[in-house]
Amino acid sequence: MEKPAQMKVVRLRVNGDRRACGVPAHYTLLETLRYGLGLTGAKQGCDKGDCGACTVILDGAAVLSCLTPVWEAEGRELRTVEGLARGPEPHPVQDEFDLAGAAQCGFCTPGILCSSVALLERNPSPSRQEVREALAGNLCRCTGYEKIYDAVEAAARRTAG
Amino acid sequence: MIRPAGAGAHAGGTTAQVRQRPPEPGDQGSPDDLASPDDLPPPGDERPPDNQPPPGDLASPGDHPPPDNLPPPGAGLSVVGRRMRKVDGLAKAAGRARYADDIAFPGMLHGKVLRSPHPHARIVAVDTSRAEALEGVHAVVTGRDMPTTYGIIPWTPDEHPLCVDRVRYVGDGVAAVAAVDEDTANAALALIEVEYEELPAYLDPHEAIAAKDGPFIHEPRKEGWNGNVTKVVKLAFGDVDAGMDEAAEAGGVVVEGDYFFEGTTHTPIEPHCAIGLAEPSGKVTVWSATQVPHYLHRELARVLELDPATVRVVQPPVGGAFGGKSEPFDLEFCVAKLSMITGRPVKILYTREEVFYSHRGRHPFHMRYRTGARADGTLAAVDAEIVMDGGAYASFGLVTTYYSGQLLTAPYQMPAYRFHSTRAYTNKPACGPKRGHGSVQPRFAFEVQLDRIAEALEIDPIELRRRNAMGAGTRTVNDLRVTSNGFLECLAMVEEASDWRRKFRRLPYGRGVGTAGSTYISGTNYPVYPNEMPHSAVQLQVDRSGRVAVFSGASEIGQGVDSMVAYVVAEELGVPLEHVRVYAGDTDFTPVDLGAYSSRVTFMLGNACIDAARRVKRQVQEAVAKEWDAKPGEVLLAGGLAVRAGDTGTQMPLREAFNLAEAAFGALGATGSYNTPKDVHGSYRGATIGASPAYSFTAHVAEVEVDPETGFVDVSKIWIAHDCGRALNPVLVEGQMEGSAYMGFAEAIMEEQVFKTAEQGRAGLHNAPSLLDYRIPTSLDTPALRSLIVESIDPEGPYGAKEAGEGPLHPSIPAIANAIYDAVGVRMNALPFSPPRVWRALQTKAARSGSDAAGTGVVGRSDAAGLPLSGRPAERSPILAGAAGPEAGE
Repeated sequence: MEKPAQMKVVRLRVNGDRRACGVPAHYTLLETLRYGLGLTGAKQGCDKGDCGACTVILDGAAVLSCLTPVWEAEGRELRTVEGLARGPEPHPVQDEFDLAGAAQCGFCTPGILCSSVALLERNPSPSRQEVREALAGNLCRCTGYEKIYDAVEAAARRTAG
Repeated sequence: MIRPAGAGAHAGGTTAQVRQRPPEPGDQGSPDDLASPDDLPPPGDERPPDNQPPPGDLASPGDHPPPDNLPPPGAGLSVVGRRMRKVDGLAKAAGRARYADDIAFPGMLHGKVLRSPHPHARIVAVDTSRAEALEGVHAVVTGRDMPTTYGIIPWTPDEHPLCVDRVRYVGDGVAAVAAVDEDTANAALALIEVEYEELPAYLDPHEAIAAKDGPFIHEPRKEGWNGNVTKVVKLAFGDVDAGMDEAAEAGGVVVEGDYFFEGTTHTPIEPHCAIGLAEPSGKVTVWSATQVPHYLHRELARVLELDPATVRVVQPPVGGAFGGKSEPFDLEFCVAKLSMITGRPVKILYTREEVFYSHRGRHPFHMRYRTGARADGTLAAVDAEIVMDGGAYASFGLVTTYYSGQLLTAPYQMPAYRFHSTRAYTNKPACGPKRGHGSVQPRFAFEVQLDRIAEALEIDPIELRRRNAMGAGTRTVNDLRVTSNGFLECLAMVEEASDWRRKFRRLPYGRGVGTAGSTYISGTNYPVYPNEMPHSAVQLQVDRSGRVAVFSGASEIGQGVDSMVAYVVAEELGVPLEHVRVYAGDTDFTPVDLGAYSSRVTFMLGNACIDAARRVKRQVQEAVAKEWDAKPGEVLLAGGLAVRAGDTGTQMPLREAFNLAEAAFGALGATGSYNTPKDVHGSYRGATIGASPAYSFTAHVAEVEVDPETGFVDVSKIWIAHDCGRALNPVLVEGQMEGSAYMGFAEAIMEEQVFKTAEQGRAGLHNAPSLLDYRIPTSLDTPALRSLIVESIDPEGPYGAKEAGEGPLHPSIPAIANAIYDAVGVRMNALPFSPPRVWRALQTKAARSGSDAAGTGVVGRSDAAGLPLSGRPAERSPILAGAAGPEAGE
């Protein structure tokens, strides 16, 4: 007979909110976000760090939440795709994604947005090669990436302008 | 001889237009280049009164007139053709789109499927008692709980939701559990005991076809037949042998080659997921990441023995599909059945490994082609023999077998053509339709053949294709009706954009360019199950506020169909785009659309939307005309207003116009539907398969750099010109073109869905069922992609539109193969063009250099290289006497 999973209360600071919930101790950050807090924006595509759909921003860096034990995120500043918008206005990257048609099925989009925002926060005017490198951990199966680069570059110009 | 681009470009007399593209990356225009949804032109500006349907049209709104879906010459379009946002773009960018796994219900249970560790075995016994006794387990089901077979093609229902007495591949489902959480469900699977009796496994399609005695993978349909064969198709058009003779005698050439296309899989980023909910009333709802809710609806009812009226299928936004979610899967039956047993909602989410095993992707093809061409490069005859590795179940295989031959007959004139295709069952996950179903593999082989012909006859490869182009308004050798055709413009576009004439055979060793062309269907004229009903339909409802709701049965899988619906309805009714709401993908309130497959949706659903919107429009025009004492045809709807033609001072807000119509006719709304032409194919058996209302055309140029030391092929850029008829939103068309070329590139260079043999560990085990090992291209792998839209304005497409989602994949692979030849002089005849294969080909070429390099039947300086060692298809008779089943129907 299996023992019931050990539970743990985790306290997270997500998108500016303090949140707490009880989860099995083995939960990853992704499982906690999706199943514990109802923040389903971050996606599970592979559950082993290969696809990047679960990417979130932890203390300003893009991280794979499916490989991050949830306790590692405690006490740190966490942002998910749900927290990128500025009030009623979408983040420039979100808006440019829509204008450029950079999201087709949209499943990789939350992760790519988080990687892109993290990039632009540390490098406000990246070259195309720098964008490509920053997104190399986020697989997109729909677009061929061209329109994603266009969107990130347009957002960079808009932010700079 | 190379004709200047301009001379050949319009030689075919077609009227395709070349769309002006936004600037190249790097000199990107301002965001103002993109029209915002409310950026509509003022009414009256673009619509002279003669654009309107004649008053006679108003008399019989109940009729189905032939689609008058083309705007008259010079007509302005307010919405269609602009670069627009998608209706769901911001929701997806905000993380608000709710995919199947984002949906949860109170009390929801989690399901898991126990899968076979053997490629082929009898199930002797299944003991679920220990699993059932585990605390937290609410139900366990096995194959005996759902004994009815199913299959997406009604003639080949050879699958069970869970295996009953036989497993046919590693990963075949045997039992399923529903438990309080995922951990408990996994623990329960470990407690199920299955006793197997292993059977010999077939992993090679040639061996499967050669088998003389059972046990076959499936029971033969007749005694004496080979149960390892799904389907055989032999068709011939014209006199192939005479054509070959003519080519050989008259200074032409006959080129022969063997080709191998390795299997690949769709790899959507979203794994399959489904939720079942059975209610006490007897109603069963399944939410599923499917691209065919209607077929799922039918099969759920049949297999679960439910009245279809009690079954509801909801299709949430789908996180990528590409053909990989276009038939029912075990999880959909299991969540429904488990919910019926437990009375609680049940969810199953595939692991990534399960996605690889559920597969239904590209068939491996072993192909032999003989192609004869006259001295001027025009084709004389084409002869093909194909063996397809189908995996354990039929899936769409009956259609795939036809498609492997039927879809090759454009864009080139072929006086004579013959093909002989055989689909074998093997003990591996079933293959099915992947983007460019059944026609990507032959296209690879055929376009490499054309490259060899061009070389042998010393004709530029683009010019060779130009000389063979069939043009518009014609029939193919197998009697497919071709309406619009912008292929020549596609060739001209890629020739110019890629600077072809300065590059071809002129780049330094190691660098090269290659070209290829293709065609694809815009849906099929005949549905998967025979019926006379429409292929696509919408219901439209207008609120007194001016809001228009459209209930659409079509499946949004990322291609933008919901947006297309909104564009068309906004165009027709003149309402702002943001006043159109699209409700889709729920069989409880949307009319039937057959699904997101075979590139059918824009063509068929677009026409259905026009049909519905024009019915409402006629009522609005009539009501307003009465108010103004005008003719209905003088009432224009655009820019949120009704305006009198020629008197723009007479106008009213659309909302008022809608209210007048509601007062006159009652609640304002309409249904609209589309059915295909049924009389436009040949009379031979199988002639309906491949028949489409319209065909798209594509040409590519690929540029590569090959490292001769390592065999690594760097594809630096692909130019993609695609005739989509009319681009309803160029942003979305470009997205389809770029995504297609990306996926073709991936198959050419990186991807292989392969399985181990017994010697390699365990027979039938997937070689690499993860996204780390089955490598799909990252941003750093993917070449620069340049999309060039050609608009031939199809006479039957909505505003002239045709497909864009699958056609542009086809030429990527042969264009890259031909570019590798241009770069380093080796013919890559087997996929993928991975470093070991290219390196070996270079070694073989070096070893042969100095001697006559031409092999048997090979013309020119080509070296057939990289074929697997398993033997050439033609050396083995693919069909045993008596093994070929009859045509199973179509």
